[in-house]
Amino acid sequence: MSGHSTYTPKTKFGKFWDDRLPIYRLVHDSFVTFPIPRNLNSFYTFGGILMIMLVSQIITGIVIAMHYVPEASMAFNSVQDMRRDVAYGHTLQTWHAVGASFFFIAVYIHIFRGLYYGSYKAPREILWILGVIIYLLMMATAFMGYVLPWGQMSYWGAQVITSFFSAIPLIGQTLHEYLLGGYAVGNATLNRFFSLHYLLPFMILGIVILHVWTLHVTGQTNPTGVEVKSKQDVVPFTPYATIKDAFAMVVFMIVMCYFVFFLPDYLGHADNYIPADPLKTPAHIVPEWYFLPFYAVLRAVDFNIMIPFTDVVLIDSKLGGVLAMFGAIAILFFVPWLDTSDVRSANYRPLYKIFFWLFVANSVFLGYLGSRPAEGIWIPLTKASTFWYFFHFIVIMPALGWFEKPKPRPASIADSVFGKEDGSAGAAAPSGATAAPETKG
Amino acid sequence: MSRAARGAAFRQAAGFNYDFKPLVSSVNERKRMTKVSSKLLTLVGSVLVSLTLIGSAIAASGYPINKPREVDWSFAGPFGKWDLGQLQRGLKVYTEACSACHSLSILHYRNLTDLGYTEDQIKNYINDLGKEVTDGPNEDGEMFQRPAQLQDRFQGPYANLKEAAAANGGAVPPDMSLLAKARAPERGFPTFIFDIFTMYAENGPDYIYSLLTGYKEPPEDKEILDGLHYNPYFAAGTALAMAQPLYDEQISYDDGSPETLDQYAKDVSAFLMWASEPGLPDRKQRGFIVIVFLAIFAGLLYFTKKKVWAGVPH
Amino acid sequence: MSDAKEGEGTRRDFLYLATGAAGVVAVGGIAWPLLEQLAPNAREVAAGAPVEVDVSAVEPGMQITVLWRSKPYFVRRLTSEELEAIEGAEQGAFRDYVSAETRLAVPGSEGDDSAEAAPAEWTIVAANCTHLGCVPTKVETGLEGWVCPCHGSIFDAVGRVMKGPAPTNLPLPPYNFASVNRLVIGEEGSRA
Repeated sequence: MSGHSTYTPKTKFGKFWDDRLPIYRLVHDSFVTFPIPRNLNSFYTFGGILMIMLVSQIITGIVIAMHYVPEASMAFNSVQDMRRDVAYGHTLQTWHAVGASFFFIAVYIHIFRGLYYGSYKAPREILWILGVIIYLLMMATAFMGYVLPWGQMSYWGAQVITSFFSAIPLIGQTLHEYLLGGYAVGNATLNRFFSLHYLLPFMILGIVILHVWTLHVTGQTNPTGVEVKSKQDVVPFTPYATIKDAFAMVVFMIVMCYFVFFLPDYLGHADNYIPADPLKTPAHIVPEWYFLPFYAVLRAVDFNIMIPFTDVVLIDSKLGGVLAMFGAIAILFFVPWLDTSDVRSANYRPLYKIFFWLFVANSVFLGYLGSRPAEGIWIPLTKASTFWYFFHFIVIMPALGWFEKPKPRPASIADSVFGKEDGSAGAAAPSGATAAPETKG
Repeated sequence: MSRAARGAAFRQAAGFNYDFKPLVSSVNERKRMTKVSSKLLTLVGSVLVSLTLIGSAIAASGYPINKPREVDWSFAGPFGKWDLGQLQRGLKVYTEACSACHSLSILHYRNLTDLGYTEDQIKNYINDLGKEVTDGPNEDGEMFQRPAQLQDRFQGPYANLKEAAAANGGAVPPDMSLLAKARAPERGFPTFIFDIFTMYAENGPDYIYSLLTGYKEPPEDKEILDGLHYNPYFAAGTALAMAQPLYDEQISYDDGSPETLDQYAKDVSAFLMWASEPGLPDRKQRGFIVIVFLAIFAGLLYFTKKKVWAGVPH
Repeated sequence: MSDAKEGEGTRRDFLYLATGAAGVVAVGGIAWPLLEQLAPNAREVAAGAPVEVDVSAVEPGMQITVLWRSKPYFVRRLTSEELEAIEGAEQGAFRDYVSAETRLAVPGSEGDDSAEAAPAEWTIVAANCTHLGCVPTKVETGLEGWVCPCHGSIFDAVGRVMKGPAPTNLPLPPYNFASVNRLVIGEEGSRA
């Protein structure tokens, strides 16, 4: 896939560098001549959008860190002062806060795109796992960043999330105190969270480089799920992907700017405009929207798990909730092996397609449930929705591979594209384009 | 009708009150859609509809009892601007009615230049109130009181939270610098989705306005604890510790504006919105320029993309 | 090449140029706020409000240091010996010569008659050496008034540079006397 390099330095200067540090060659091979399937749709632009979001978060983060004071009695006011007194301070601070939300919007679209088109299947398991690691690091970074403004939601969010670790048997309590640097969330916690919040994005950047590297080894998937077979199937990265990604980024930025400039508080929570108060918990504490589905999973386990026919508690409700929540993320690591189907793209998997959209709807619903108070009808709904989340991965995904009868796939990307050009139904089955048995589609 | 007014009207029509209207229309909508789309959509649709039903049932049981009343603010919408006269009146209401208990600690006195005051006027304002700050230590190592200056923060009525609590029977009057952002009752499903398109971000001032004008005699069946005051707009219960702070003709205006509770409440709510984000109009103006530019840029990129991909089937 | 094709080529070139130009504008629009946020913020600027000090306790030969905008300023009352030494100094001894009168301050506010009697014996200068910003040490060796401990620049008692790497005299801050005993630094007065 990656093929051998076609870069030839044109100038003496270029040759000088190429013999010593072939960085132009690397860029040329990775982002200029790198072949991409010609049939990628707009959902494939979110990788590029995420790259821009990461860079934008790092840059705005470095800049607002210059005006922020990581000290419990000053942190809250320092954010307000930055917004009022620093030139463009309000824009930069809001950009960073709203940017975190849009980073997650983009990453969720990216993940669901991967689930739809089977982007995790061989030979892209490592690519997928690196992606899940990035997602985990993003969650850690976003959580610690949300603590820094030191409002009520920051404080009580930190209180709740760090308490997860106290659920671990034997070492939990000690671990909790080590995490906080005290007996409760306080100045020490704020300081270390600031330090780690600054560090983690650079770790994300490192893994992103590996993620892109693996992508460039295996090549991209595409909506047909058929691997690239010939030069007919591909176009060079530049200008075709570059211009498309650039267009998508700007459109994404327009939506984001609408929120940054006109609805800066829409995605946040009003209680975070009240300074942290260790004596008073807000009436409804909820995490940021991007954690809501996992928060719902956490709350779904409100019962002890006993050893059958005894009174011995095997896993108490607290540990059970935490395990379920981490399990909901951890299960993503196993998706490449949970899906037993040979067919990659959901376009050719009539049943999986239905269950995929059900899963999407269920995830959104789970998020909504996470924002509701834990009372009344919400409790059984949360349990049902959580059950479906795991059921989808553990039962439906493996089972579909055995039961589902896939639709015929095109023999190649070019067939699918040129078939469409002819006016015949390209995606369905152009004549003679039925997949060969050994072809993964 | 202004854009904000239209937005408010739309929100009203779209079921701001959480009652039945939006449900009916959304059910009809679903019915029409299911005719043309797959069974899957029916499923999603029914989930959404039941969600709406449940959502409205739950929302009706919580606080506040009444949803905030919506005001047509000058600072709403994409071209929102402060009404300086209103902010000046709001400052007067704050100074005469609120500042005895509520601090405004994030603001600096210099910020009042935003309201159209000159530095001398602000100095007079500080002197009239006799505001002093603790400074020092001086050469003898002692802290001393000096008159507040432009670069100082607003000096509150109490030295610290404990004193504030002790003076108010344990209920600390909240700082007002960010009140208009910190008090924003949840809008609930599906209103919060419409809010994106109507650009509704005034739940804070709407809430403050509604609370100030919302004091009432409690209904017969409601028992109110001693020292609490019934208000169906209060976000955290049926009654709050603060007694009704504003009444008709309590404060004199010199610009001919009506000296009514309604006007006072509007003015001080607008003032508190300003206090919570003095740069609001700048932000919106900046946003307008940015989005217009990005739209042009996106258009150019779109046509460039079309040109680049022309003749390349994909 | 036909005309039609050429026209299309021009249109395409224009499109690419316009898109590229918009990209440049976008990069500029991103860079500008990132640069501007570095400027002293509104709090810093406001904290630079003038400071008022009581100088009644400063006898001839004494010096106090006043902070304004986080920077130190010397307020030094000269002795008659120092004033004489300055009077008798050669113009050639200074690198950045100005007359001593322009650098001496007279206490007393505008319209205050008692001020007329007060002699011009105050030096009010920035306390950061014009070389690289260290605070010079006060010395009393005739004409010399300050020596910079970092790189040895020497200033006379009104802050004029005499020797060393400092290129210019110690700058004068804006100041005025609100009364005989009250000095305001940071605000230009008509007598300053």
